[in-house]
Amino acid sequence: MTWAMHMKGDDRRRAFVNARLVDPATGRDQAPGGVLVEDGRILATGPDVTADSVRAAEVVDCAGCLLLPGLIDMRVFTGEPGNEHRETLRSASLAAAAGGVSGIIVMPDTAPVIDEAAIVDFILRRARDTAVVRVAPMAAITRGLKGECMSEIGLLREAGAVALTDGRRGVASPRVLRHAMAYARDYDMLVCQHVQDDDLAAGGVMHEGELSARLGLPGIPVQAEVIMLERDLRLVELTGARYHAMQVSCAESVEVIRRAKAAGLPVTCGVSINHLVLNENDIGTYRTFFKLSPPLRTEEDRQALVDGLVDGTIDVIVSSHDPQSADTKRLPFAEAAFGAVGVETMLSAALSLWHTGAVPLVRLVEAMSTTPARLLNLEGGSLQPGAPADFAIVDPCMSWQVRPDALHSLARNTPFENRVFDGRVVHTVVAGRTVFTYDGPARLSAPSA
Amino acid sequence: MGNQDRKPVLRGRHLLGIEPLSVPEIEALLDLAEDYVALNRRAEKKLSILRGRTQINLFFEPSTRTQSSFELAGKRLGADVMNMSVKGSSVAKGETLLDTAVTLNAMHPDLLVVRHQHSGAVDLLARKVSCAVINAGDGWHEHPTQALLDALTIRRHKGRLQNLVIAICGDILHSRVARSNILLLMKMGAHVRLVAPSSLLPPAADRLGPEIHTDMQKGLKGADVVMMLRLQKERMNGAFIPSLREYYRFYGLSEEKLALAKDDALVMHPGPMNRGVEIASRVADGAQSVIREQVEMGVAVRMAVIDALTRNLQQPQDKESAA
Repeated sequence: MTWAMHMKGDDRRRAFVNARLVDPATGRDQAPGGVLVEDGRILATGPDVTADSVRAAEVVDCAGCLLLPGLIDMRVFTGEPGNEHRETLRSASLAAAAGGVSGIIVMPDTAPVIDEAAIVDFILRRARDTAVVRVAPMAAITRGLKGECMSEIGLLREAGAVALTDGRRGVASPRVLRHAMAYARDYDMLVCQHVQDDDLAAGGVMHEGELSARLGLPGIPVQAEVIMLERDLRLVELTGARYHAMQVSCAESVEVIRRAKAAGLPVTCGVSINHLVLNENDIGTYRTFFKLSPPLRTEEDRQALVDGLVDGTIDVIVSSHDPQSADTKRLPFAEAAFGAVGVETMLSAALSLWHTGAVPLVRLVEAMSTTPARLLNLEGGSLQPGAPADFAIVDPCMSWQVRPDALHSLARNTPFENRVFDGRVVHTVVAGRTVFTYDGPARLSAPSA
Repeated sequence: MGNQDRKPVLRGRHLLGIEPLSVPEIEALLDLAEDYVALNRRAEKKLSILRGRTQINLFFEPSTRTQSSFELAGKRLGADVMNMSVKGSSVAKGETLLDTAVTLNAMHPDLLVVRHQHSGAVDLLARKVSCAVINAGDGWHEHPTQALLDALTIRRHKGRLQNLVIAICGDILHSRVARSNILLLMKMGAHVRLVAPSSLLPPAADRLGPEIHTDMQKGLKGADVVMMLRLQKERMNGAFIPSLREYYRFYGLSEEKLALAKDDALVMHPGPMNRGVEIASRVADGAQSVIREQVEMGVAVRMAVIDALTRNLQQPQDKESAA
């Protein structure tokens, strides 16, 4: 798999001991335990892996911290190629490593668009040369993300694209999507749709409802999402393609997905961490860092999303990491770009749902690691022997404050500015190699180099 | 040879498709065509069994090979053949299909060879004329003489059709050639496979009977015959398939892919070919290709069909006495 190709394993024998092992692949939540790695792969996992039992290995004492399979973030925008001032594959990978994310799936909305095998190849080579975590691209469903002609799906897959998406856009034409889905099915490519009817949403900048009325901002009704989703599910019935709604944002969508799954359709969906922990009220006084697509919706919608995550209707949590610079965000709300960075804060924000008792820990990790790996046919998302040695060590109680200038992303547009989270990544391992260690708040609050 | 004993071969007045034909009718047509293969290879090719008969070729869609093949077939049997080109005709001036049929019928042709861009149009026309009608291709529906000439080509090489594994590859959805071939080959007991991307397969293709393969490597494995279809230009760019190079990579018949079929597998194509799109030049011109032979069989099969249908017509003298 190309996913593994560009990460050379650390050939040292290392043992990570005295941890609380959380492995959704087996349902394990066990302490104390350890993981022994060699040549970039997990050799042994469990209570028997202790400082005394391993021979000739470098031992890392996890001091009771959580040890989770590395997160795989299915929705990361970068600016490489084309807008490197916003984010490069390297800067995104450093942010990912600091957030316990061992693999990022980059979106095709670059310049040029990832709609040709040569661009896929470029991404994989740049990642091999510059990134510290695994990188794999999704390729465009349609050429140039224009929604008109399907891209070279077979050749893109051969080059290493792991799924298809038109990124920030949904494919509007049902005829185009129908043919692309029928074709994608032959290659077992997951079709990931941004579920928003852009015609109905046109001009909207936030959730349509009482608050948008009060703020005097044009709204995006939930129907813009639900209409697109329900239409797409008819096309899944027609074509049999594997379909993934990238981000659902409202209670109705959760219900639609629940029914589709009950009917046996090959359908999955994701939600962004922002929609699980924030709602429209966070926009407050026109704060553009909360301008997201799909928009943050009501508290009732947020709760329905959390319920959907708990009962398995929602499969995946993404960061929807979308770096924007001052030129696109320091603008009147209506003129500002959509999007927020998030790959570095996703895990900490998710842990807040565990601390409040809303979502079990194993379920959170599953949605950020095991399930993305399974949907994309990638190795990872597991602590089982033989799996790649990709994992995060997390101190579940450490308090830390999000300081935008201490984030590793080139962009600062975080909706969690100054927020205090309990729980943070202290150590990230990819292919057996440590790619991030937390040096304490002193380092974090220092001006970035 | 042909005119010795003109026993009935077909039950129907027209040849509108393979669908209504029985196995004995197909076999009798192929046997008759064998005689014409032999005739066509002689220096003296002309018979007179259709002397006095008039054949009109009415092509609503441009065609070079099928039209000339029918023209030659009629002439070699002694008929008077007229080609009606639609361009510049009353059809181009807005005449409806049925008015055209009535007009032509008034000229008392004995045979009408019709190609039309819409499925079912030839059938409609056949109901309004008193002569015999041959379907030379209607929309995506049927092209019966192509299926017959393909069957004749296969039978001459393999000695039979029964139990052969025949892979039909390419744009099945829009292909009348594929439909007629599926019908004929399945009637004759062959194992038919359809090989195409899902976007070029008809809906519910699996219910038509053949095995469906979207992976050409698997679809060609052990095949006795590999039948390639032409990819229409207007379908090439992003609508049904992403691009020509991707199509060639996954569905073009290259030497590597052909090697998966049996060593003596036949390579067929109804023409005209898109070299480097659905078929590699080296394969099209290679030792296993019988593509040129298909053209030869085309004339013989069309002579057999014309012969067979005119056997069912009233004899000229009867016509006169009836008048």
